[in-house]
Amino acid sequence: MREIEVSTVTATIKDMCIEANHFLTPDMKARLESAAGTETSPVGKKVLSQLQDNLKIAGEEMIPICQDTGMAVIFLEVGQDVHFIGGDLEEAIQEGIRRGYVDGYLRKSVVKDPLIRENTGDNTPGVIHYKIVPGDKVKITVAPKGFGSENMSRVWMLKPADGIEGAKKAIVDTVLEAGPNACPPVVVGVGIGGTFEKAAEMAKEALTRPVDTPSTVPYVADLEKELLGTINKRGIGPGGLGGAVTALAVNINTYATHIAGLPVAVNMCCHVNRHSVRVL
Amino acid sequence: MGSSDVISLQVPASPEELKKLRIGDAVNLSGTIYTARDAAHKRMDETLERGEELPFDIRGQIVYYMGPSPARPGRPIGSAGPTTATRMDRYTPRLLDLGMAGMIGKGKRSKAVADAVVRNGGVYFAAVGGAGALLSKAIVSSEVVAYDDLGTEAIRKLEVKDFPVIVVMDAEGGDLYAEVGNNPLTNK
Repeated sequence: MREIEVSTVTATIKDMCIEANHFLTPDMKARLESAAGTETSPVGKKVLSQLQDNLKIAGEEMIPICQDTGMAVIFLEVGQDVHFIGGDLEEAIQEGIRRGYVDGYLRKSVVKDPLIRENTGDNTPGVIHYKIVPGDKVKITVAPKGFGSENMSRVWMLKPADGIEGAKKAIVDTVLEAGPNACPPVVVGVGIGGTFEKAAEMAKEALTRPVDTPSTVPYVADLEKELLGTINKRGIGPGGLGGAVTALAVNINTYATHIAGLPVAVNMCCHVNRHSVRVL
Repeated sequence: MGSSDVISLQVPASPEELKKLRIGDAVNLSGTIYTARDAAHKRMDETLERGEELPFDIRGQIVYYMGPSPARPGRPIGSAGPTTATRMDRYTPRLLDLGMAGMIGKGKRSKAVADAVVRNGGVYFAAVGGAGALLSKAIVSSEVVAYDDLGTEAIRKLEVKDFPVIVVMDAEGGDLYAEVGNNPLTNK
């Protein structure tokens, strides 16, 4: 049994909240850079060039890439041989978010109650997904999620008869409906299968997969490529102002499902597809 | 669609200048603008429902849908890009009818907003969503003028210099997003 102090989790998550809001992962950065080369429309080129300048300023001057520094979504993969000591793990995670957002000059965008809507003032609570895995390590992924794109996400409970064509239509229709609202060029996270909530969680997790890493399932990898091509022929373009680069990637995760169902969840993410990954 | 040159516009601008703008025009705004987003709009609407005055004179002003991240020491403001305008649609026609000259945001607007833009000779500008660090460099100063308790959602008066926007809806009824949506690349 390996012991890990929860204060280490707090300190790590604090750093990761700040890092994710100022620096994109290398795969996202590279994909945005190459997009500028493939864009054909003048306005699209201009927007992509502004996004390059924006990333540069964000990193050099420590100004968040986007003012919507998101609701903190945390994926925690905990090795089953780990024993957390020194306090309550969940509270340690929330404290990490609190310190990251308060000390890191990040925006406080969380309201305590969805209907009463009073800001909590420290961006807590975050949304935490736990997974128990073999081993004695802890993998932490911090993915601050902005709501311009989150609001344009959908869960479709399709019928088995809708099949792969139905799934494709659901995904493309979601991206088209999102249009300029989701801050294109977007990354499209998709979860197919499972149950209602499993599909949605897979869609969210798919956004944390590097955009240059296709699915390990061959037909799913082909589907990702095909859908990216289809979406980028629709002309929405950077900023929704017209152009060839509407999406940077389509990442699809799948899971077994019920004989009666075909859940398809589409989690839209803007070009500021932020996440930071560390292993303790 | 507008020319490829960038138009420099001092704001607040005259109704005549605003009416000349056309969808696709790239414009650099300099002068004074105000911020307001969801919670401030709700509160302004409640204020009007009670028959009271808005906390600032909205006539002739451009309202920027934006809630900044906190300013680091020595800076006027933090990251400061546009939020989705669609969520303000419910409140917008009334504000345009009261004399608000235009809006800066990103994302689609309702038919009611489009009609109010035409009716009042207004304009809807888009700034690039997710470029908050870059856009913050065009903001010279920021001062909370109302609803301080709303934090990032307070109403701020901003001084801007060459703040880059694109005209998405104009006084002639033009809608750049609709044109883009109707022109997939496969048809070209």
